[in-house]
Amino acid sequence: MQREETIGAKLWASLVWLMVGLFVLNLVGLVATVVVNSFGTRWFATWLPAGFTPRWYAMAWNEFQLPAILLVTMEVVGAVVLLSGLIGVPAAYAMARRDFPGKKAAMLLFLLPLLVPPITYGIPMATVLYQLHLAGTLSGVILANLVPTVPFVILIMIPFVEQIDPRIEAAARVFGASTLQLFTRVLVPLLTPGILAALLLVLVRTIAMFELTFLTAGPDSQTLVVALYYSVFAAGVRPGQSIDAMAVVYMIATMVWLLIALRFVNPTQIVTRAKK
Amino acid sequence: MTIASRDFRELRLEEISRDFGVLIALSKISLTVQRGEFIALLGPSGCGKSTALNCLAGLLPLTGGAIWLDEKRIDTLGPEGRGFGMVFQNYALFPHMSVRRNIGFGLQMQKRPRAEIAKRVEEALALVRLTGQGDKLPGQISGGQQQRVAIARAIVVEPPLVLMDEPLSNLDAKLRLEMRSEIRRIHGLLGCSTIYVTHDQDEALSLADRIVVLRDGQVRQIGAPETLYMRPASADVAEFMGYRNIIAAQASGNAAGLSVALAGGSLLGTAVDGAAGPVTVAIRPEDLTPSPDGPIAAEVITAEYRGRDFYGVARADDGTELYFRAFERVGPGARLRLAAPAERVLIYRADARR
Amino acid sequence: MSDRIGVRLRLARRGMDGLTLLVLPAVLFILALFVYPFLYGLFLSFHPMKGGTFANYIRFFSDPFLYETIGTTLWLAVPVTILNVVLSIPVAMRVRLLRRQKLLTTILVVPITLGTVLVAEGLLNYLGPRGWFNRVLMAAGIIDHPLMLLHNYWGVFLSLVITGFPFTFLLTLSYVTGIDPSLEQAGAMLGARARARFRHILLPLLTPGLTITLALSFVQAFSVFPSAVLLGAPAGPTRVISIAAYQAAYEQYDYSMASAIAMIMAAVQVLIVVALLVAKGIAYRGPASGGKG
Repeated sequence: MQREETIGAKLWASLVWLMVGLFVLNLVGLVATVVVNSFGTRWFATWLPAGFTPRWYAMAWNEFQLPAILLVTMEVVGAVVLLSGLIGVPAAYAMARRDFPGKKAAMLLFLLPLLVPPITYGIPMATVLYQLHLAGTLSGVILANLVPTVPFVILIMIPFVEQIDPRIEAAARVFGASTLQLFTRVLVPLLTPGILAALLLVLVRTIAMFELTFLTAGPDSQTLVVALYYSVFAAGVRPGQSIDAMAVVYMIATMVWLLIALRFVNPTQIVTRAKK
Repeated sequence: MTIASRDFRELRLEEISRDFGVLIALSKISLTVQRGEFIALLGPSGCGKSTALNCLAGLLPLTGGAIWLDEKRIDTLGPEGRGFGMVFQNYALFPHMSVRRNIGFGLQMQKRPRAEIAKRVEEALALVRLTGQGDKLPGQISGGQQQRVAIARAIVVEPPLVLMDEPLSNLDAKLRLEMRSEIRRIHGLLGCSTIYVTHDQDEALSLADRIVVLRDGQVRQIGAPETLYMRPASADVAEFMGYRNIIAAQASGNAAGLSVALAGGSLLGTAVDGAAGPVTVAIRPEDLTPSPDGPIAAEVITAEYRGRDFYGVARADDGTELYFRAFERVGPGARLRLAAPAERVLIYRADARR
Repeated sequence: MSDRIGVRLRLARRGMDGLTLLVLPAVLFILALFVYPFLYGLFLSFHPMKGGTFANYIRFFSDPFLYETIGTTLWLAVPVTILNVVLSIPVAMRVRLLRRQKLLTTILVVPITLGTVLVAEGLLNYLGPRGWFNRVLMAAGIIDHPLMLLHNYWGVFLSLVITGFPFTFLLTLSYVTGIDPSLEQAGAMLGARARARFRHILLPLLTPGLTITLALSFVQAFSVFPSAVLLGAPAGPTRVISIAAYQAAYEQYDYSMASAIAMIMAAVQVLIVVALLVAKGIAYRGPASGGKG
């Protein structure tokens, strides 16, 4: 489409880009301020801190149980990724390949946990988990986190399965593949990019999932983001720089996986889920 | 009938060019279109014909050259300022508007009085034989009907020029023939100048007053359909126009009578731009037929029945494969002698090819 | 024996074979941990710690400290949602013409991924009286005194823009790019200028998508929690409804009341979303492409 060259059109375009620029600038500013502060010795009424030091990282590591929190985070994230893959991928396969009574209802069932915000359903869910004596434990946190991730995997995977021509499976059958061979030799290799993308996104989402973990975690089952919340909440107890050191660790943990995930998916997919 | 085409004398393309970075999609195309003419831009995919159409429409800016409508330079205008009609390959009907509102959209944009819009839309509907379908949404009518709406929408604004981008490529074979004569009929009624992009030589031959053959972004030949069919200007145009036998050969003689040695025999031919020496020979399969004393001896590989005649492939004694036509059944392995009339054996300079 | 085969055949004919059973674990899981807790919460909300069946709801709607949280949350969520959607339309219109969209979309997906807690921590530094934001404005001579943007309405508002705008924008962009570009070209060929093309072609085709974007963005903003605590004034102007629910559950250990508040929160969201969908019902629904191709 040839763009219009009138002054009004140009002005309007500049205005829009200016807005985007300001937004990105502020975004970079708020991230940079955390990073700079985490390395600063003293930062008071100046553009930059008085000096730079890595000691806040050492402090966060040694005094604020960062290793333990990271271990919990890894356990939770690992279990959630594995389980949501195991439950979600087969379900997505069935949803994509079969028409069964109640399929619409099942679809709605999988959409709801993604549409209803976690804080809304998190409180009744935490109540149930407390009654089962699961809240406050690692298993409770994992179960809670699976609620949005299982449907997420299903909705991401359905289009991936649908784009595989069913005749390929028929061909494999005709040439004598058993069900197991069909899965291991044909479907899994074809679905690998989709599975990888879905699980990486689950990974990123679970590291960053605050509400559900917050509502169900006990002192020994806090993930990084919840620990970060508590230290920001109780600001003053710890030096601000050490909180920011923790925030930087959290950012790196999230961003690394996000960048890997973005090799396989389009950024818009993170928001639009199953929309293709 | 009040729908007509706006009056103008001619549309001139002066060396129009378009490149996409290093890729040159169109290179110095010049063409003059007279009022009422039907021009087909013909070429294989990637030849630049759609780029040419989009440049003409204003959907793509030119990177060189100029477009004139009589004394007015129009390549500096956007698509909305040129007033051309366009029929898109996928029709591009507005899915949220009724057929009637789709057709009336251009008039609505010109801020015509409502009564006039209603009247002209009704005429356009009648013209494309869709009276009574005006209130349906595009999604509720068939592909052929959508095509008719797209045409009606383009012509109702009475454009000086209608652009058509492979409009029949989404239709099945039967509907394609039907719509082809429909386009012919509407063009005859309105006399609107039309530029029609296609990769289908039958379509171009049957519709156009003149055909422009494009290849690699350059004009290879401009001419009447008969000229292109009978006397292509170069061997690659010949190949595209259905001359399936394109054979390197050696020519001897002079301009009055050239004979070429090919496939183990010797044929008299017509020089298009060739002379004695190495040449490229082009022969249509239907012109190469069995004859008891034909100069080329060959053995049939396959032959298939095409209704009246048989078309087949034969291997000459020197190994050259030849496409030929036979009037009675020949089986694989049969020995034949093939001949072609001298005026249908076209001789081109060997280096002119590609 | 033959009976069993018969049942299997009949089920298979309706699409219920071994393969379909693969969907069962996921369905059971969501039923157990999403649907059941929700229903249980609904049940629990009608069994208050003291008082009659509706005591929780009566208490909520008679105590201004509680019922005002709805207004407070709406006062944050509605303007933020409208701002985000209104801003995202022109930006998406521009970005769709860009050939290299991925860099911008990657930058914008960052705040969504980092989440509200980190954005809150960042804004605490960035928007503070000595933070870069105020510093730049003061150095540029736009303001004399630092703007008070933390621990009040604006802190939460800005954090909702930072995390909400990218979400809204990416959603809008996916709808905008879903419209067949040849439709706009057809409009231009018929003489429609940019503004007319937007009004007559793009906007009507976008309306269903924008409604969904509005609904999803609103629901996100309405459930604001950590940033309302960290950046706002959780005892006053930004005491949103999720804070009330959280306090009931984790500070007063009144799960019944907490469930009631969660149900009210869900009800308000559903109400607004349904209202939006009803309004959308008037608009065109169907594919945003120009033909069968």
